[in-house]
Amino acid sequence: MDMSTPATRASKMKLVMVGNGMAGVRTLEELLKHAPDLYDITVFGAEPHPNYNRILLSPVLAGEQTVDDIILNPIDWYAEHNIVLHMGKKVVKIDRTARKVIADDGTEADYDRLLLATGSNPFVLPIPGKDLPGVISFRDIADVDAMVRASSQYKHAVVIGGGLLGLEAANGLMKRGMEVSVVHIGEWLMERQLDEPAARLLQKSLEAKGMKFLLKKQTAELLAGSDGRVASIRFKDGSDAPADLVVMAVGIRPNSELAESCGIHCNRGIVVSDTLQTVTDPRIYSIGECASHRGIAYGLVAPLFEQAKVCANHLAHHGIGRYEGSVTSTKLKVTGIDLFSAGDYMGGEGTETILYSDPLGGVYKKLVIKDNKLVGGVMYGDTADGAWYFSLLRDGKDITELRDHLMFGQDHCGNLGHSGINKAAAMTDDMEVCGCNGVCKGDIVKAIREKGLFTLEDVRKHTKASSSCGSCTGLVEQILAFTAGGDYSAAPTKKSMCGCTDHTHEEVRAAIRERKYLSIPDVMQAMEWDTPNGCASCRPALNYYLISTWPGEAEDDPQSRFINERAHANIQKDGTYSVIPRMWGGQTTPSELKRIAIVAEKYNIPTVKVTGGQRIDLLGVKKEDLPNVWADLDMPSGHAYGKALRTVKTCVGSEWCRFGTQDSTQMGIDLEKVFFKMWAPHKVKLAVSGCPRNCAEVAIKDVGVIGVDSGWEIYVGGNGGIKTEVAQFLIKVKTTEEVLEYSGAFLQLYREEARYLDRTVHYLERVGLDYVKKKILDDADNRRALYDRLIFALSVEKDPWVERAHEGKLKHEFETVVA
Amino acid sequence: MNHWIDILDVADIPKLGARVVRHGSTDIAVFRNAEDEIFALEDRCPHKGGPLSQGIVHGRKVTCPLHGWNIELVSGCAVAPDEGCAREFPIKVEGSRVWLDLEALAREAA
Repeated sequence: MDMSTPATRASKMKLVMVGNGMAGVRTLEELLKHAPDLYDITVFGAEPHPNYNRILLSPVLAGEQTVDDIILNPIDWYAEHNIVLHMGKKVVKIDRTARKVIADDGTEADYDRLLLATGSNPFVLPIPGKDLPGVISFRDIADVDAMVRASSQYKHAVVIGGGLLGLEAANGLMKRGMEVSVVHIGEWLMERQLDEPAARLLQKSLEAKGMKFLLKKQTAELLAGSDGRVASIRFKDGSDAPADLVVMAVGIRPNSELAESCGIHCNRGIVVSDTLQTVTDPRIYSIGECASHRGIAYGLVAPLFEQAKVCANHLAHHGIGRYEGSVTSTKLKVTGIDLFSAGDYMGGEGTETILYSDPLGGVYKKLVIKDNKLVGGVMYGDTADGAWYFSLLRDGKDITELRDHLMFGQDHCGNLGHSGINKAAAMTDDMEVCGCNGVCKGDIVKAIREKGLFTLEDVRKHTKASSSCGSCTGLVEQILAFTAGGDYSAAPTKKSMCGCTDHTHEEVRAAIRERKYLSIPDVMQAMEWDTPNGCASCRPALNYYLISTWPGEAEDDPQSRFINERAHANIQKDGTYSVIPRMWGGQTTPSELKRIAIVAEKYNIPTVKVTGGQRIDLLGVKKEDLPNVWADLDMPSGHAYGKALRTVKTCVGSEWCRFGTQDSTQMGIDLEKVFFKMWAPHKVKLAVSGCPRNCAEVAIKDVGVIGVDSGWEIYVGGNGGIKTEVAQFLIKVKTTEEVLEYSGAFLQLYREEARYLDRTVHYLERVGLDYVKKKILDDADNRRALYDRLIFALSVEKDPWVERAHEGKLKHEFETVVA
Repeated sequence: MNHWIDILDVADIPKLGARVVRHGSTDIAVFRNAEDEIFALEDRCPHKGGPLSQGIVHGRKVTCPLHGWNIELVSGCAVAPDEGCAREFPIKVEGSRVWLDLEALAREAA
């Protein structure tokens, strides 16, 4: 297979990978993305197949998919990337001094870096008869072939082991027409994922399908028949059962034999550091089921892909990223059975449990809570919210406020917006999942199957589903879980800003503050960005973090702003722009209206419309006309194009309204004038109502103020967009000054701590209202300091329309060159 | 015969930005990246015709402002898995001046 010439291979470093499975090949894929030309790569795989999806062996056994369906990287893929592939060759020796590996057929390969991804071996019970024909494990394609062959000739199958793998094997064999008994030493099935009530429900529904169970049974020996093949199984209590096929599924052991033989430290796996390097030899890396990280050898694909990412990053010489362990979740891949388990599902001392049990309906749910955080759960019969619970668990979110509704799932926790149907399994292929991009369930399933997708990010890239507003993310994750198998790769524990860096938003912000970076190149260089100048995701975020942290000092980079914020108008689908001048508190004058009318006619502006925020929108303005339109309007920028203070919506209030208790219009004008020009992580909308009838709809605003007879009530974190959320009561105050200070302090807290593109609702969901109260209500000094910082930041901002209409700033932005 | 026309100065294009050059009814986006490399593409995203000139430039790519497709500045083609290409025009830089191949433009128009 070696097609490369010595001349081209001489200069590059050599990377040898032992093991051709999912974790290893994923590492290569990540590495090729970062540094496609750094290494000459050689891969040894003991199996005579290219990399396939081991998770999907169960559906292959059950006859629901074929071997071809589950190939992830066909042989052509290796050739395309100039990877030398040795299939069916088992590496038997590593010579660490000469830095080479030797395979069983004598093939040798030199290495500069070695990646051990040897996976695991099935554990075989040390009992008499274990080597008889007809006794196998359930680990690879050869095992599946053996089971399929046996199912056509024999009748009685016994599966030893009532764990995840054993039950999947038993289900497959049953579907192939065999009579299957599952032998299990424990008191209930899947005791590493389920508590007893859930396991009993599972057992009952598997029994209804025809599966038999022999619980609390210990196998003593396997007995041969007259043909020499296994014929029966005998237990320690003296009983027997017929067995023409025995599948041992009692667990796996990390395959560390090769590593041990060359003196690499192993302890229930090849011991690796957070960089996935072996602790013995830094040239040798190990990932996957063979690697032992902080005492754990992971067996599910999600954590292994997280490892692959970190490992590739180090192999590519980026030298950043740490793998710090994973929380895992499990889903059984048996058609018709809904089961989900994650984290500490048993509970125990120091934990509380919320239970929902409906044995007749076949539904059981248990959530384990510790210190107001979800730490584990089991679900049986209704797993629609599994992905949501898992994300709460993984992110360590404070669930105090969700607690009352937690058991009933995400739909009952205030998300009244675009929730859609929340049962991926019940959806038909032609039902729409992603309303923004018109993607149906069938499209997603097809892409996952045909392109071998595992992660949410992959699905987004290939189908565009959940890549716009993101409200269908949970649904897409469910479809991924159902289609790709249970342990699809959930988002990593630590969410990096984008593909350009492994740092999180919080880490980057902290560095900007603590080390006082003032420009995007400074941040990228100091924090070792993977790309020369970032991407369209991280650059706008960095620009915001810089100018909000160091107002007046950090330079605003127009080239790192989305076009709307660079042109100070909203781009439309045909490339024209919309202009919305500011009208303080939604109040205007005859002379402003006249100017708007004149401008609309003079520049042939096709559409004039009133917006939801009580302003006037001029749509279809040509870019080159923008500065003149602004000059003729002679009104302040409405910032309707920006992640900034948009509008303060008001009702008429006490000046005219017979119910009004307070002058809400004036309050709106005051708020809008003080917070004018405020950039933020996302758009910010305010409203003021003059009485509790609430005509200005303050309950769905980032900051909403309601006038009552005795003063003003302030509400925060409301949202009327993708995620409908009712604002939460913060405090009641008396004076205009107080309304400004409390609102301003809340907005500044959000500006300083929210991730870019998070609305206040997302920020509040993350930190909790109690935290905000502590910072703003309990600590008056902090409140004033926050408010002062906001006022200072606003004092250095200028009206961008004035700068461009009258001062000629960034003229080139609006001029077309004619050639 | 000389088909090249002098269109603008490198300094007229912001670093990591673009300018629109209008020739007849065709808008051409002329990009400049951080390394001062200059590229010319028709100002239409292969997806839904978005003005690429208004996108964020990074590395040798531009992200379309309408729906976020990434387009290779060298070839005009969308980054996989998206598919499609924007027309790419021959361009050369002499000293600080940027030149565009008129004949290629005429061919494209024909």
